[in-house]
Amino acid sequence: MSATFTGIDRDTLAGIVAADIPAGSFVNLGIGLPTKVSNFLTPGSGVQLHTENGMLGMGPEALGDEVDPDLVNAGKVAVTELPGASYFHHADSFAMMRGGHLDICVLGAYQVSARGDLANWHTGRPDDIPAVGGAMDLAIGAKQTFVMMSLLTRDGSAKLVPECSYPLTGLQCVSRVYTDLAVFLIEPDGVVVRDLFGIGYDDLAALVDVPLVDGTGR
Amino acid sequence: MSKVTFHDTTLEAVAGIPTGATVMVSGFGSAGQPVELVEALIESAATELTIVSNNAGGGDVGLAALIREGRVRKVVCSFPRQVDSWHFDEAYRAGRLELELVPQGNLAERIRAAGAGIGAFFTPTGYGTPLAEGKETRVIDGRGYVLEHPLRAEVALVAAHRSDRLGNLVYRKTARNFGPIMAAAAETTIVQVDEVVPTGSLDPENVVTPCVYVDHVVRVDRDRASLIGAFK
Repeated sequence: MSATFTGIDRDTLAGIVAADIPAGSFVNLGIGLPTKVSNFLTPGSGVQLHTENGMLGMGPEALGDEVDPDLVNAGKVAVTELPGASYFHHADSFAMMRGGHLDICVLGAYQVSARGDLANWHTGRPDDIPAVGGAMDLAIGAKQTFVMMSLLTRDGSAKLVPECSYPLTGLQCVSRVYTDLAVFLIEPDGVVVRDLFGIGYDDLAALVDVPLVDGTGR
Repeated sequence: MSKVTFHDTTLEAVAGIPTGATVMVSGFGSAGQPVELVEALIESAATELTIVSNNAGGGDVGLAALIREGRVRKVVCSFPRQVDSWHFDEAYRAGRLELELVPQGNLAERIRAAGAGIGAFFTPTGYGTPLAEGKETRVIDGRGYVLEHPLRAEVALVAAHRSDRLGNLVYRKTARNFGPIMAAAAETTIVQVDEVVPTGSLDPENVVTPCVYVDHVVRVDRDRASLIGAFK
């Protein structure tokens, strides 16, 4: 058994992702953990959120009397609109994504490979009902795809892997992986460790079965 | 060339849908789902239906009820599984219906392509994944693409916000979603609206679905309180 490392919590991680999003970016946040990033985007940043069901300029979750059944996000949660919001149909929404008009997409993942392949839509278990939604379009559409996930599975194996064993969502599409223990940059010449959280570089390298480059001093 | 027919009841509006038809149903979750038209379809005799929709129904109304009643042979969708998709889950696990799973953007573009007269198109979405298995692929300028074909239907059931007397449509917020592209992709488009307004009262700059795509319109009173209640 390897030692247990605590790392950072999900909110802290969401804050780190938010801080890396340049002012004025057009961003899509996937359902689940990435949704938390919106809590750490400041209004002054001018970041506009895209939701795949057909809206730019999405505001926070709707509460109480704000709930409008005609205004939901990709997770089918009632949301609000910000001044300057726009609506469009589904084919336009995915053209916007596929056409490379969004700057950053943040997604959850089961696994990411060393060359940036993503697996996040299906466990592959025969009794699971497959559901893909917009995952495959999101993975390959934005200029940059960031992944947010815990580095380790419950049984302690790393989700950053040499090759994904789960069914793939997209090939070579992930550029950064934000985890509770480290931030990884997927670069043409290898996987660079940018930040470490509560773990040393050698301990991290021992946990992950992928060749790493120590970029923490850059 | 056709004139839009206005109906007094949803039952009358869906009366022409035959058994075995492919039916597109607009909506993303409950937003923009023509629940009242689907409920009328349940009242009709049509069965053995192929449904094209983003989801496969939630709760016990609309699409979920149609599946519960055993009227659906096949579902073409991107995301059937959700916390309240018990009727789909049960029918699928029992082998009572077939599922064609399509990435959401490919689903939208295949529907759009049908309405736009496109023969087929190459898309990067899904390339190298299990959902592209068996499909023609091509590398264009160094990037991999999958050949996808248009998705047509005999009928589209669409929820819009307002129609004028010619059938020009406007939508509300994210309830627009699949409505405009499904209206264009089907041979017959049946629309439920919250309101019918006089011709000339919609700003032509704001018409989203021009009347050429619309065949039947019926006004319904949506149960807004229960729709809102579903979010609590």
